[in-house]
Amino acid sequence: MSAGIAVFGGLRLDTHKRSSTLRALRQAAPPAEVVLPLDQHSDGVTAATVKPGDTVLLGQPIAQPQSDTGAWLHATVSGRVTAVEPRPAPHRQGRPTLCIVIANDGADRHDPANSPVDYRTLEPMQLCEHIGRGGVVGLGGAMFPTATKLLQAQATTGVHLLLNGAECEPWISCDEMLMRERAQDVVLGARILCHALQTARCTVAIENDMPDAHSALTAAIAAAGAEEPKVAIELAVVPRVYPAGGERQLITTLTDLEVPHDGLPSDVGMVCQNVGTAAAVARWIRDGEPLISRIVTVTGSGVREPANLEVRLGTPMSHVIAECGGYLEGVTQRIMGGSMMGVALPQDSLPIIKGTNCVIAATAEDLHPRGAEMPCIRCGNCSFVCPALLLPQQLHWHAQAGDLPALERYGLMDCIECGCCDYVCPSQIPLAQRFRDAKPALAANIASRQQASLSKARFEGRQDRLDRLEAERRAKLEEKRKAVKK
Amino acid sequence: MSATFAPHDIAPNSVARVMRLVLYALAPAVIMHVVFFGPGLIVQMLLGTGTALLAEAIVLRLRGKPLRQFLSDGSAIITAILLAMCLPPLAPWWLVVSAVAFAIVLAKHLFGGLGANPFNPAMVGYAVLLVSFPAQLTQWLPPQIAGLQTADLGLLETARTIFTGVLPPRFSWDAITSPTPLDALRTNLAMGQTMQEAASGSAFGIFGGRGWDWVNLATLAGGIWLLAARIIRWHIPVALLAGLAIPSAVMYSIDPGSYAGPLFHLTGGASMLGAFFIATDPVSAATSDRGRMVYGFGIGLITYVIRTWGGYPDGIAFAVLLMNAAVPLIDRYTVPRIYGHPR
Repeated sequence: MSAGIAVFGGLRLDTHKRSSTLRALRQAAPPAEVVLPLDQHSDGVTAATVKPGDTVLLGQPIAQPQSDTGAWLHATVSGRVTAVEPRPAPHRQGRPTLCIVIANDGADRHDPANSPVDYRTLEPMQLCEHIGRGGVVGLGGAMFPTATKLLQAQATTGVHLLLNGAECEPWISCDEMLMRERAQDVVLGARILCHALQTARCTVAIENDMPDAHSALTAAIAAAGAEEPKVAIELAVVPRVYPAGGERQLITTLTDLEVPHDGLPSDVGMVCQNVGTAAAVARWIRDGEPLISRIVTVTGSGVREPANLEVRLGTPMSHVIAECGGYLEGVTQRIMGGSMMGVALPQDSLPIIKGTNCVIAATAEDLHPRGAEMPCIRCGNCSFVCPALLLPQQLHWHAQAGDLPALERYGLMDCIECGCCDYVCPSQIPLAQRFRDAKPALAANIASRQQASLSKARFEGRQDRLDRLEAERRAKLEEKRKAVKK
Repeated sequence: MSATFAPHDIAPNSVARVMRLVLYALAPAVIMHVVFFGPGLIVQMLLGTGTALLAEAIVLRLRGKPLRQFLSDGSAIITAILLAMCLPPLAPWWLVVSAVAFAIVLAKHLFGGLGANPFNPAMVGYAVLLVSFPAQLTQWLPPQIAGLQTADLGLLETARTIFTGVLPPRFSWDAITSPTPLDALRTNLAMGQTMQEAASGSAFGIFGGRGWDWVNLATLAGGIWLLAARIIRWHIPVALLAGLAIPSAVMYSIDPGSYAGPLFHLTGGASMLGAFFIATDPVSAATSDRGRMVYGFGIGLITYVIRTWGGYPDGIAFAVLLMNAAVPLIDRYTVPRIYGHPR
């Protein structure tokens, strides 16, 4: 697999990773109370298995998926469940979602039911299911249940595992720190995932400005190769272009293949997992530790000591900021995730969730503010940088007009909301937000059309069946008549 | 604390910055223009800019738009400067004033203002003059080159001439005006002269028209700088120049006695200004890269046809307007393939 083919479009952004990578990765102290939203995965349903007043152990399952797009959830401290109620959640723009609240008893009493397993003794299906029981979801931010993704990809034989360490958002460095300091976890995760997928081919993709991560991974891969030579793990370096770390963009950068717009990476023989996800799988299998914590980059000019911390899920963001020396003067903006795709936080009491890779306390100097919106001058900068090869300016016109057929034709649903168009727009039009706003109406329109065509097909099928039965009946009648006549 | 939507950070770019850089890129051409044709352009530019800002302010007020935000975007100034550069330096004041007012009020704002005009406003203004006052537009001064200084007017005398229409007593209009090289070539060829005879007059320089070749080279330099600064992209200029060079090379190779060569066309008239500054106006151009190449090539080709067989010496303005009209059609057939869709 050769790296070097540039991703379509994209931006070369200035990075702001230095301040958060100066200090070593460390553990944040567990908070007095954790708030764990039940919907820490893309969609699907998860139901609480505990009630207020229950005593829980560290790592004990507290919520169970009700569908294959749900994910297990575990207690991230030991203590007592104080509430199961709607609380504001960061991934819902601060709107409430059902959460389990646990008061920490400070003892970190582990659930003895969680124990290490030898993954090589498990069948791939069993292993996938076991990974699901560890509550592992995509830690790159999308939070898609890992087990479901693996099971989908198992249908394809000889799939190539791609571990995504191309952290292209300019402020986030949690994956880089993970690869630098825990490369062996990433590599073990790669081996486990290869076993689950029954493949021997794995590529770890990192960006070209991560020399420490490169050498740590090289050493870990060499050590693993000596232990288990049949799994070939290779390292690929991709250019630092935003959004080269997007799943589809990364696959195209590395293989020159395009994932079909209505398909999955497995359609081109690939399955993509974040390096953090692989490390979480490794800890669950090797140490029996389910997903109870993650690495979070705490950065921005508004925080005293930017760093990468390993944080228990459900920890309030204010606690994480306090762990980094607290706020400095002049914080204008708090963001969960990156500056390009993250969400603005209305308050800092919101909990860290499985998808929280970064918390930015930004001051005015960090982020260039938006000026007054001007009309589109059709300069075409947006289409020049669009990694999905769209014409954002045309989408903008059609979104303003609410023209759903045109939006569909110009590929609104192919927009990955990376914000590149927005970033370069001289008229400072909030294009990405316009597209996010326009998507639900188009999605509903497409779904209702599919529903209608399904109904039509069903109706026509029934009509054909009835006609056929009628014809058969008549034919039989005719035969009988003939027989009677004779 | 303000809640924003992703992306939370954007590039320090604005419409005003784009327009400002375009103005900087025009500087070399303006300097060359003044060197060869006198300070008339300065007066025309000032007149045009004043008219543009005044007209823009009045219409913005009538339309209830924020005055400061739109007056400061610089787009009206570009329209005025481009128009001024197309006019003879001593053209009477009402020519540039009426053309700019027409461009801003009718061609730009009646169609919706910034970003919504289907036709290039400067070219609409110029075309109005070209069909209404063709005589005034042909009164070009000959380039001022050592030994050729027929009309050596100072800035004050130039301004007085523009405002009163009366030359200082030592000059007469017939003595100092001359047709542009493209015009001269046309007339001479029409009189049955061969290309060599037609292009041997004092109006012709190394590549094309004398003086005009330098103005065009300076315009090219400014255009290349715009490309480097990523304000414009190569598709339109390259396609336009190809649209001009290819047919002229073909015709020249068939009959060099009757047709001017590609170098003459590329450096004569408003070729470079058209390629890098007029056709690249994004508002009235095609959208996609492929569409922009079709659009640019069409302008070059139509310009060549008008120059060679049409009724006007230079055809850039009409070619741009014709291709402006074709933009919706071009856009319809040049939608790029989306990522992950069949090739």
